[in-house]
Amino acid sequence: MAVKEAVRPPAVAAATGRKKARSHRGATPYLFLLPYALIFATFTLVPAVYGIWISLHDWDYLLPGKPFVGLANYAALFDWASPVFDFFWQSMQATGIFTVFSVPLLIVVPLGVALLLNRAFPGRTLFRAVYFAPYVLGVAVIGLLWRFLLDPNLGMVNAALGAVGLPADTPWTTGLPWAWISLVGVTVWWTIGFNAVIYLAGLQDIPRDLYDAARVDGAGRWAEFRHVTLPGLRPVLAFVVINTILASANMFGQAYLITQGAPGVETRTAIMYIADEGLRSYRMGSAAAMSYFLTLALLLVSVIVFRLFREKDT
Amino acid sequence: MNNNLTRRGLLGLGVGASGAVLLGACGDDGPNPVVNGGGSDAQPAATTYSGPNVTLTFWNGFTGGDGPVMKSLVDKFNAANPNIKVTMNVYEWADYYQKVPAAVSTGNGPDLGIMHVEQVATNAARGVVLPLDDVAASLQLKEEDFSPPVWRAGVYNSKRYAIPLDVHPQGMFYNKKVLRTAGLDPEKPPTTNEEYLAALDALKAKGIQGHWASPFPFTGVHQFESLTWQFGGQLFDEAAGKPLFAEEPGVKALTWLVDLVKKGYSPKNVAQDADAIALQNGKAAFNWNGIWNINTLNGVKGLEWGVSALPQIGTQKAAWAGSHNFVQFKQKANDQNKLTAGKVFINYISQQSLEWAKGGQVPARKEVREGTDFKALKEQSAIGSQIDDLHFPPSVPGIADAMATMDVAVNEAILLRKEPAKALADAAGKAGQILEQNKKKYGG
Repeated sequence: MAVKEAVRPPAVAAATGRKKARSHRGATPYLFLLPYALIFATFTLVPAVYGIWISLHDWDYLLPGKPFVGLANYAALFDWASPVFDFFWQSMQATGIFTVFSVPLLIVVPLGVALLLNRAFPGRTLFRAVYFAPYVLGVAVIGLLWRFLLDPNLGMVNAALGAVGLPADTPWTTGLPWAWISLVGVTVWWTIGFNAVIYLAGLQDIPRDLYDAARVDGAGRWAEFRHVTLPGLRPVLAFVVINTILASANMFGQAYLITQGAPGVETRTAIMYIADEGLRSYRMGSAAAMSYFLTLALLLVSVIVFRLFREKDT
Repeated sequence: MNNNLTRRGLLGLGVGASGAVLLGACGDDGPNPVVNGGGSDAQPAATTYSGPNVTLTFWNGFTGGDGPVMKSLVDKFNAANPNIKVTMNVYEWADYYQKVPAAVSTGNGPDLGIMHVEQVATNAARGVVLPLDDVAASLQLKEEDFSPPVWRAGVYNSKRYAIPLDVHPQGMFYNKKVLRTAGLDPEKPPTTNEEYLAALDALKAKGIQGHWASPFPFTGVHQFESLTWQFGGQLFDEAAGKPLFAEEPGVKALTWLVDLVKKGYSPKNVAQDADAIALQNGKAAFNWNGIWNINTLNGVKGLEWGVSALPQIGTQKAAWAGSHNFVQFKQKANDQNKLTAGKVFINYISQQSLEWAKGGQVPARKEVREGTDFKALKEQSAIGSQIDDLHFPPSVPGIADAMATMDVAVNEAILLRKEPAKALADAAGKAGQILEQNKKKYGG
């Protein structure tokens, strides 16, 4: 800083020029922000605000009449007599169950995988690729694949279980809690690689000398993990936790393809129901209100998680 | 909460009514009124086109074996009409019904398309499709030329929006080899409830679960609908004011299906498509499935199979059926040439419906259906023999929303999570609310 100041021309002589430069400098960051701001406004901000507007109406984009209903679409979510009440809360419950069971696994298992893959052993690159590979597949591919594998009567999973003498009639896709076990299991298998890669990057950012120092102080494997690895991963962890919660709460494709919401509507997630309401029944006002409710709930959860990680910092 | 509901109701009614007035003012043609609006006194549309060259886009959901058949019909039409070029795009049906209205609303919609009969009223009410009374007039098509329920299903608010192309009923497919193993005559499949249950018992004695009861719309809900009609019931009343599927016939129908599971004629927890696959690999003897299954089974090497009309389980004959219909979509630019050319196309393909039958469908046209050429298609005509016993949902906008609640009930009951009567009553409560909502929304 001091060096840079020193090579600048004397302040008095360049008074006017500097003013010009300063105002120019003031605009620069905004110019850099402009392209993204435009995209953000067009594809996120404007639709989001428009969504609020839609949620205040009985909205079908093809009908000429879009009656204003005020907060009725929101009120219906809390009115047990409304046609959406049961289905909506059922779907929120489904999303809640899936999130509660998938998030811990998706935080812990990839961490274990990343720790293993961070060590030097022959074939490491191959295993890194193997764990990441399912993530490359689209949800339609993994959904159909597992629907066939998990078929309760004709699937390979039950056939294999039966061959080793285990019960061969588990309703993996049509019964509870099996459907949840399938959905969580498939999701963990599918997305494990993504979180593992992020952890791996975080692990490689932890300075080696911290481990050396710990070892000099006589720390064992466990102490190393607790006092060096985990604190070193905290920023990455915060990202992984929030990102995983949001991704799980937005689960759609797996349940849509593997269980189709069955049994009944037990595994129909909030996003599935919102899509049904808005895009199949064309009640977009109601669907928008549900989306906003879900968004608020997720915002709240995100804030709590942020708080938790910040308090640990202090 | 109650206050809110009333206020909402009042507002909905008020604005709904003014919406209806608006709709009325547009002559039901929505934002882009078109000449030759329709109604029963519409002038016949042209059957030939001599204007300048036009290109028409034709969208549908024929993703299966029916796709290539339709493509070859389109090619034939293009060759016969050098001044009209039709290009065909295929989407998954589920995507198609979301894409088309959006495309039409932005003015990028296709000129022509296919719609299932239960979608026609919804799309007519939403201003997606155009009236086609003039095509019906120029084809000189009347109710007698088709099966009356199919023909009537294309009418909404006393205007015709759809020209039926085919009907695709449910039939009883059976695996001949499996029947033989149980000592049953593969050439004489059961036709009554007694015969059917006797056959299932014979199969059970050989350790075969003869009829896999699917809890999903394909094929479980379709079976439930067939049986409800067989027991003399209806899914909805004529005006679709209230659901009737939870009444006695519906309960009997669903109980019959659930009993298949309870009595061991079907395994528990049949997943999507497992019933159809089980027939193919000899694990099941019967599968009540749509006529499209003909093509699938033809492709399975070494499979000995047959198909017949559904057995009569209830007090009368009845079978579920779907129907593909031609529709013409609303356009931003009101190009008379394109509209005329489109009608010529519909007319042409409609007359080719025997070719279409080879794709695994029953032609909607009576003369084609009763001709010797169709009778030569053994499987198709076996299923087609049910033509007088077919039922369709009432032609009311948004009916599919209410029918979706039925899917849930059938699913819960066949997976043994709820008693049939309770599952249906719960669903009917929901369906009633949805019908009421839709009435307000579409100004019915």
